[in-house]
Amino acid sequence: MDSRVTVAAPELTQASRREAIIFILKKAVISALVALLLFSLMIGIRTEAGPTGQLIYWTRFDDLATIVAVVFVGSIVIELLRQWWGPAPIATAIPPSVQRALGIAGKALPPVLLIFALLVPIVFYDQRYVIDTGIQVLTYVMLGWGLNVVVGLAGLLDLGYVAFYAVGSYSYALLATNFGLSFWVCLPLAGILAACWGVMLGFPVLRLRGDYLAIVTLAFGEIIRLVLVNWQSLTGGPNGVSGIPRPSFFGIPFTRDDDGFAARLGIDFSPTHRIVFLFYVILALALLTNWVTIRLRSLPIGRAWEALREDEVASRALGINITTTKLTAFAIGAMFGGFAGAFFATRQGFISPESFTFQESALVLAIVVLGGMGSQLGVALAALTLIGGFELFRGFDQYRMLVFGMAMVLLMIWRPRGLVGHRAPTVFLKQNTAISSELAREGRG
Amino acid sequence: MSSDFILRVDGLTMRFGGVVAVNGLSFAADRRKITALIGPNGAGKTTVFNCITGFYKPTSGQLRLTHDDGRTIQLERLNDFRISKQAKVARTFQNIRLFPGMTALENLMVAQHNALMLASGLTFLGLIGAPSYRAAERQAIDQAKRWLDRIGLLERADDAAGNLAYGDQRRLEIARAMCTEPALLCLDEPAAGLNSRESAGLSELLLSIRDEGTSILLIEHDMSVVMEISDHIVVMDYGVKIAEGAPQAVRDDPKVVAAYLGADEEEAAAVMESNP
Amino acid sequence: MDYFAQQLINGIVLGSIYGLIAIGYTMVYGIVGMINFAHGDIFMIGGFIALITFLILVSFGLTAIPLILLIVLLVSMAITALYGWTVERIAYRPLRHSFRLAPMLSAIGMSFVLTNFSQISQGARVKPIPPVITGGHSLLESNGFVVRLSNAQIIVVLTTIVLLGLFTWLVSRTRLGRDMRACEQDQTMAALLGVDVDRTISMTFVIGAALAAVAGMMYLLYYGLVDFYMGFVAGIKAFTAAVLGGIGSLPGAMLGGLLIGLIETMWSAYFSVEYKDVAAFSILIVVLIFLPTGLLGRPEVEKV
Repeated sequence: MDSRVTVAAPELTQASRREAIIFILKKAVISALVALLLFSLMIGIRTEAGPTGQLIYWTRFDDLATIVAVVFVGSIVIELLRQWWGPAPIATAIPPSVQRALGIAGKALPPVLLIFALLVPIVFYDQRYVIDTGIQVLTYVMLGWGLNVVVGLAGLLDLGYVAFYAVGSYSYALLATNFGLSFWVCLPLAGILAACWGVMLGFPVLRLRGDYLAIVTLAFGEIIRLVLVNWQSLTGGPNGVSGIPRPSFFGIPFTRDDDGFAARLGIDFSPTHRIVFLFYVILALALLTNWVTIRLRSLPIGRAWEALREDEVASRALGINITTTKLTAFAIGAMFGGFAGAFFATRQGFISPESFTFQESALVLAIVVLGGMGSQLGVALAALTLIGGFELFRGFDQYRMLVFGMAMVLLMIWRPRGLVGHRAPTVFLKQNTAISSELAREGRG
Repeated sequence: MSSDFILRVDGLTMRFGGVVAVNGLSFAADRRKITALIGPNGAGKTTVFNCITGFYKPTSGQLRLTHDDGRTIQLERLNDFRISKQAKVARTFQNIRLFPGMTALENLMVAQHNALMLASGLTFLGLIGAPSYRAAERQAIDQAKRWLDRIGLLERADDAAGNLAYGDQRRLEIARAMCTEPALLCLDEPAAGLNSRESAGLSELLLSIRDEGTSILLIEHDMSVVMEISDHIVVMDYGVKIAEGAPQAVRDDPKVVAAYLGADEEEAAAVMESNP
Repeated sequence: MDYFAQQLINGIVLGSIYGLIAIGYTMVYGIVGMINFAHGDIFMIGGFIALITFLILVSFGLTAIPLILLIVLLVSMAITALYGWTVERIAYRPLRHSFRLAPMLSAIGMSFVLTNFSQISQGARVKPIPPVITGGHSLLESNGFVVRLSNAQIIVVLTTIVLLGLFTWLVSRTRLGRDMRACEQDQTMAALLGVDVDRTISMTFVIGAALAAVAGMMYLLYYGLVDFYMGFVAGIKAFTAAVLGGIGSLPGAMLGGLLIGLIETMWSAYFSVEYKDVAAFSILIVVLIFLPTGLLGRPEVEKV
């Protein structure tokens, strides 16, 4: 079906053009006025605690004028764009030739990305910053894939995913610093502990739906963070846990000593060795997450998750145990979060409650939603985009959350279904036709 | 005689706050027969369904299901997914509840969840790709294919369920319920919105399902379908049973006519007498 | 006993502030079915606007406290209401017919925007002001412990009562209130009957924001400081209050607010201050699990 919805551009007469200009100007003036009122005090006046402790202020009227001018011009630009592009395009069926091209590109992308990821440490060996960013991106890809199981597949709105990340981190940190267990022993333990927390979170929220489920998970995440901050004897409170052992190459430490990694291989010592090793570790963990998720999707449990998301009532009527389905989704998602957390701890060498705020949960959720819930490739691309974007803001740390917030709002307005607009069926007789995201439900939890 | 009943409803009462939706309803559905539950809108039919299929907990009454091997299950004590899994009662819904973002084939695969879960050894065997699981999965796909073929949707197995035509969706929902291999199939207005050709196809499908050994309980407003396929009809109005019997008898019962016309029983009898 | 009485007073004052914020949550949830994640930050903006207005008035030499308070109240209500209106127009209205997750994520995004905006425009440090309303009354005295009722506390509670009265009148007696209640029940039908749904929803956000502004100003007067992060935690607590009282119920929001304020104060006084937020969040979880319709809410039956 090749139907592209087009809107014929109306013939603009002299009068209607003047009307349009007046309309745009009116809108711009109103927007500028609103901006003036909103920002008059917050931007026009700047308060600060003065040297003697009492509050002083100074004016910034030029900044205020600039902002109002920007709003005025911006409003005109947006209106013009809106008129020029016509009404927002509705779901247009893509012609078969383009679909085929996209299909080929889509199929080629995952292996291309994988090869690229494998080569990053080699190509950018001298640029530690790039490898570090790569590690950062891969960590969030893994977190995104983990949360994807809960939100994207099972449709359970989890706003407190950072709690499992924290449990994994602190488990490894405390086990390693107190009992001297190695990373590879602690990793599965961290996952299991996080999974237990996942089940414990899941139990009370079984009957909750939609917004309520979201806010309870948010509260849960905050409780974890507050406990971490306040239970000083166990967690070190706001000071966190430091001196977390760095990873070794299966027992061989990355040090300058004679029994170190470099010495064993007979090459010069470089701190980059450890970083490269870390890169491949997180890459392996992320790939494990990906493989397990893809396998589970085509197994009955994965299908049950998606059925739960599509229609819980119908799922119940088909004999699916909703309780265990939800709990396994939470547990598996939490487990991957725990693995990522343990990795985070060993990479940093030091962790504190500050790394586990609600903003992290929101960021991971944004990655999952931007990626197009349920799509592995989409989540990876979204993580790359968002974390890469964050890195670009290195110099403007202050403005990061502002831009991120605006981006979330714009994203929801423009493309709420995410970058990847379709869902891939897990079993097919003849042809693996992608299903448009418009059809798939987002789940009510 | 009682062992011929697959489902026996005894004194079923359902109260919502001050409203009594169903009041002391008693009837029986025969094994391997089609029993229809009819009545004007608001009579309480869907409420009865929801009680039988575990979505509501009855205020009082008994729902005894008797399997072929003589096992009995009290449905009012089960709820949730167990009705389908243990009691083998399947249902469809008044407003079609397919999984719109999944293909027709996937919809039917979900229905075979419990069998596949067992075969996958609670997922672990499936994860490692054990041959026993792969065989079970192939079997499940075959069963799904058989049903798709039977309802004429084999060509559209890989299409999203949400993209199918209305009539196809209805049949798919029935096929999906049948893939759970139920003993009792409960259908909530399966003919709603179907044209006469589609209704005829539906009747044929339901009759063949009955002949293969599944008992059917259905709510329906389309009288042509009801009259054609039902072996037994129960009529409800305002939450109580007002008539019961073979299709012919029920059709000629003045109480039933009165209920549908909203008229007096005597008036109805008089009208019927003058129009034989 | 006197210690308890003091905590009681403190709790009621804190509870009044939470109640004012909670009303905004419950009204919005009732009419558009979404949790306005940015509402707590509107409260924070209200506090900041009050702070700045106050500063300007004082620096111009105004000394009559009642006049200052009145101007600050009106200005902060007006401007914060405009913030609420803008947020709704930009971030929520375009998404009204989108799928469920969209308005929530948009609200979270808006919350980040407001918090960060405040942080950037006014700096990250806490902003203190000297006590505006001083003095108070000693109520009881025994064993050397004095139960005090400060004037600030009286002002807070009185303002809350007056505004609550005004607001209740608005909802039950005016046309707008009737439109709001109609939209709450059935938006489509209300529209068909001639109710301007867009405007009604906007007004709901505006009123909620105005009340949150009052809460912000009261907070400033009572605690003497504002900071850019105070919206997050206060928002969750106020939402807990709304849920505890029964989401959708306006007296419930106030009742819930008072209860949360009391619980938080008592917990800090008798158990531990560090974990008082944990107590509030735990209440949210407990209420949503065991009493999802809250104390004064209406139970929902799921139709299959």
